[in-house]
Amino acid sequence: MSKKISFTFDGKKYFGNEKDTLASALLRNGVFLVGRSFKYHRPRGILASGSEEPNALVQLESQGFTEPNVKATEVLLYEGLKANSQNNWPSLKFDIGSVNNFLSPFFPAGFYYKTFMWPPGLWKKYEFFIRRAAGLGKSPKENDPNEYEHVHYHCDYLIVGGGVSGMLASEILRQGSNENIKILLIDQNNELGGNFNYGTEQRIYTKGIVNGDEAYSGWIQWLKNHIKKYFNLKILNSTSVFAYMHNNYLLAIQNIDPQISPQNKTLRQRIWKIRAKKVILATGSFERPLVFDNNDRPGILLANSAKQYMEKYNLKLGKKTVIFTNNDSAYQTANFMFRTGIPIECVVDLREKINPYLQKLMDIAKIPIHFGHAITDTSGWLRIKSIKINKIDGKTNKIIGKAINIDCDNLLISGGWNPNVNLFSQSRGKLIYRDLDGCFIPQESFQNEISIGACNGTFELENIFKEAYKKLEHLINPELLFNKFYCEETTYKENIKTIWQIPSSKPLGKTKMFVDFQNDVTSKDIKLALSEGYRSIEHIKRYTTTGMATDQGKTSNVNALGIISKISNRPIEELGTTTFRLPYTPITFGAIAGRNIKDFFDLERTTPIHEWHLKRGAKFEDVGQWKRPWYYPIKNENMQKAVNREVEATRNGIGILDASTLGKIDIKGRDASEFLNRVYTNAWTKLEIGKCRYGLMLGDDGMVIDDGVTSRIGKNHYVMSTTTGNAASVMSKLEDWLQTEWPDLKVFLTSVTEQFATISINGPYSEKLLNKLCPKEDFSNNNFPHMSFKEINVLGISCRIMRISFTGEKCYEINIPSNYAKNLWEICFDLGKEYNITPYGTEAMHVLRAEKGFIIVGQETDGSVTPIDLDMSWIVSKKKYDFIGKRALFRSDTIKKGRKQLVGILTTNPDIILEEGSQIVEKITKKPMDMIGHITSSYYSPNLKRSFALGLVKGGLDKKGLKMFVPMINKNIEVEITNPVFIDPSNKRLIA
Amino acid sequence: MFLINCPYCGERDQIEFTCGGEAHIIRPKNPPDLSDDQWADYLFMRKNIKGVQFERWNHSNGCRRWFNVVRNTATDEIIKIYNMGESSPTIKGNEPKTPSGEPKIGSGNISTTFEKK
Repeated sequence: MSKKISFTFDGKKYFGNEKDTLASALLRNGVFLVGRSFKYHRPRGILASGSEEPNALVQLESQGFTEPNVKATEVLLYEGLKANSQNNWPSLKFDIGSVNNFLSPFFPAGFYYKTFMWPPGLWKKYEFFIRRAAGLGKSPKENDPNEYEHVHYHCDYLIVGGGVSGMLASEILRQGSNENIKILLIDQNNELGGNFNYGTEQRIYTKGIVNGDEAYSGWIQWLKNHIKKYFNLKILNSTSVFAYMHNNYLLAIQNIDPQISPQNKTLRQRIWKIRAKKVILATGSFERPLVFDNNDRPGILLANSAKQYMEKYNLKLGKKTVIFTNNDSAYQTANFMFRTGIPIECVVDLREKINPYLQKLMDIAKIPIHFGHAITDTSGWLRIKSIKINKIDGKTNKIIGKAINIDCDNLLISGGWNPNVNLFSQSRGKLIYRDLDGCFIPQESFQNEISIGACNGTFELENIFKEAYKKLEHLINPELLFNKFYCEETTYKENIKTIWQIPSSKPLGKTKMFVDFQNDVTSKDIKLALSEGYRSIEHIKRYTTTGMATDQGKTSNVNALGIISKISNRPIEELGTTTFRLPYTPITFGAIAGRNIKDFFDLERTTPIHEWHLKRGAKFEDVGQWKRPWYYPIKNENMQKAVNREVEATRNGIGILDASTLGKIDIKGRDASEFLNRVYTNAWTKLEIGKCRYGLMLGDDGMVIDDGVTSRIGKNHYVMSTTTGNAASVMSKLEDWLQTEWPDLKVFLTSVTEQFATISINGPYSEKLLNKLCPKEDFSNNNFPHMSFKEINVLGISCRIMRISFTGEKCYEINIPSNYAKNLWEICFDLGKEYNITPYGTEAMHVLRAEKGFIIVGQETDGSVTPIDLDMSWIVSKKKYDFIGKRALFRSDTIKKGRKQLVGILTTNPDIILEEGSQIVEKITKKPMDMIGHITSSYYSPNLKRSFALGLVKGGLDKKGLKMFVPMINKNIEVEITNPVFIDPSNKRLIA
Repeated sequence: MFLINCPYCGERDQIEFTCGGEAHIIRPKNPPDLSDDQWADYLFMRKNIKGVQFERWNHSNGCRRWFNVVRNTATDEIIKIYNMGESSPTIKGNEPKTPSGEPKIGSGNISTTFEKK
């Protein structure tokens, strides 16, 4: 006897068996009512036994471990499992929301659209109540304590589905191919075997294991055991393939140790990213419900699912069972129940007769059959109590005769079978409608894929065997097969009478014939959509929400199509199907994120001097992926005080900046100078070796995309610096030009951003510090003027030192191989103490450069600014015939008057610091005011002892000295347009 | 998620690559002689075909080399890959059909053709 496992549902304790799913365990305990429906809050029970379940959604576990909308049919029972029903208040048995059921005439398709459209402002209020009333589970508020991960996998064959077809395909492929062929078999259940249904009563033969003339009853067990023993055949259980993408790229989600509670394990789920050379889909089929009045009561199950519960889990579902069918397969359930002694009241069959063999079986079992009858209504609120059946006219499908009442506590329904074509359809294969049994089957593969078994519309075991051997033959060496299965013909034939909407004695408007159980869509809603003029199946789907719930319409889509077809009098095949979308089954956010959370969420780049900044207590700013020191507060200093101190120290002593994040591109080759000529606006050919030059880079639309200083190291050797954020994109743009437009140029680009760290030493005493650092070198203006470059040995390390400045102060930038950078930084810091050396961060850097009127690409520019707009025409060569962006500078738009131009902006009240991004107007008028510009940079300057700003203003260069306004929510700030250079316009400090 | 056969590295997943837009747009050699319209044409006008398109691709997270790709944008089927500088190949016959018989233009979700089995 298997051991008992305890679990709770809605707080009440129950016991289940070891192999139970939550659904089977609930049924074992006689719990038929498990949830409330989405819209009408109708009581609902378990309908199915697998991933197609629309009703039995529960909230699993609590707090961080919780997962909403979990299908009870897919959860394996574990000790201590906690589940709660959803969408009810105050309790599952007494749910106030169910008043909606009686108001349902007021909730037709499109109800929310029609009712809550007006007045527009009130939607937010409506939404709050609507979302509360119609909803599923609750999302967790705490962090998820479990871990998730992703795995990449490559294989020759991926077999999806571990039912008979999938197992057989694995066996055939393994027997018939050599050992190096890698096979992966994925099954969503914890145990292979799937939904094996047809043919349990058939004789199976196999040549090679037992004598071919003997029936081999142990074949399925043999198959299950045998494929597990193969080398290079990996089997993943409890794993669902949820996406089929390009080039046979499939995603699967694996539940790790599903029989252990999440509290007792670390890893909960794993996503497999699989690239397969060939995919074999053996995903089986789903049983269709029948659509009749009140077909959703607890105690109504799909006939084959019920058989699963009775056969696999050894359950007795009810005392009085009725079976309602339109096809042969439900008789297997009847036969099974008879053999195991479970009583059946009767079978209601839409057809006029069944084949003699089945008839004989039912006669022996003494099960009465109501041929040509249909269930036209049911009763029972929390569980089905009785049904009404009527005779149906065989031709018109209309009710004839009087209704008969039959008491029952369990109703098993079967409306035929739908091949599970979700993955096939995701792979963009083409489906075709098969009239014979009313289902869509694969017709033409788009990818390297084969569908076999029930998912291909092959339902009979004898045909499944034949098809598997035939379809896989070309992949294998048939001589290697050591056994072969075949079997006698089944007695359960494809013989179905499809009535998509079972007639009722009530008018349609008074019925509740559920098509989509999860979204509470009835056939009445579909009719309404059609009568309101919807034609396309995709529109009807969205308007009625059929098939849009978390089960993606696995039980409802084909029924909906059938009903649309009948009402609109168009053949189903003309309607087409709605698009099957991934994921096939809901997956958790945790699994999607995998390990890419917290520290692994995004790359963090740090400079070689980062540790020093940390010790110094720097506050950091994210610049792209870089962590840059923002400012270095001392004690309780606030940001403004720290920045003021850093700015003043740089202007009066020495400021030291870690500029390692600037992009550095090494440019070599015969045509390096010509290349720079083409990508920068100014001329480069005549730049002397050992000199530096500032460059502006444009797009071919004439707009500024980057700037930086480039130094000439040798005849054919330059080092270009780029802005921190654009390093990668500039590099790739330059490569693009070189490889695709100018393959004739001999130029080689290498990124050396991380190879060199950059220490920028600014301020009037910077030369003195350099002298202390390298006493033998001459750093004076004469020997080492502004915009020049030298290779200098600093403390035994060869460094590239550039005399360039982004602060307006005398500045030396030391580029040193990264490994030595922190050491050099510390030495500089010690040597500079007598000059009040002060580390400054990006905020002080911004203030310093803005005081000098230097732009920052991406701050003063936004992709719509030309060099002319920046008043930088001095850098745009007039002599060069062409460079990237030149032509666009003469477009009618770029030369027109009134373009926004860069200016300085001073508030009349020096204490007001403008907000960056605020708008500038010439006059305060009635709203809307005419906006003529905006603030791009705004700071407080401790040197000017006042606020100042840069901005782009229409025709700004001609408006210097004029007063304008920056209107804010509660005040209008008066400003003056000025020159953008606020400090040292004659560059005396720079070249001092 | 589709595979691209980089001519320098071999078959790799699409995430390693960047699409650089339409191929065979040559930067004019005489920009000053061109009218605004001609320049705008070079700068902005690109085809966006549902079907066979000639594109530039870059193995940006690999060898960083650019090359040309002929791709059916409706199916992501790659028809040909060839080097930069080579002239565009002629694709023989009809355009490769789109999956599920989609119309060439439109949402592509509605199956407009069907055959009886």
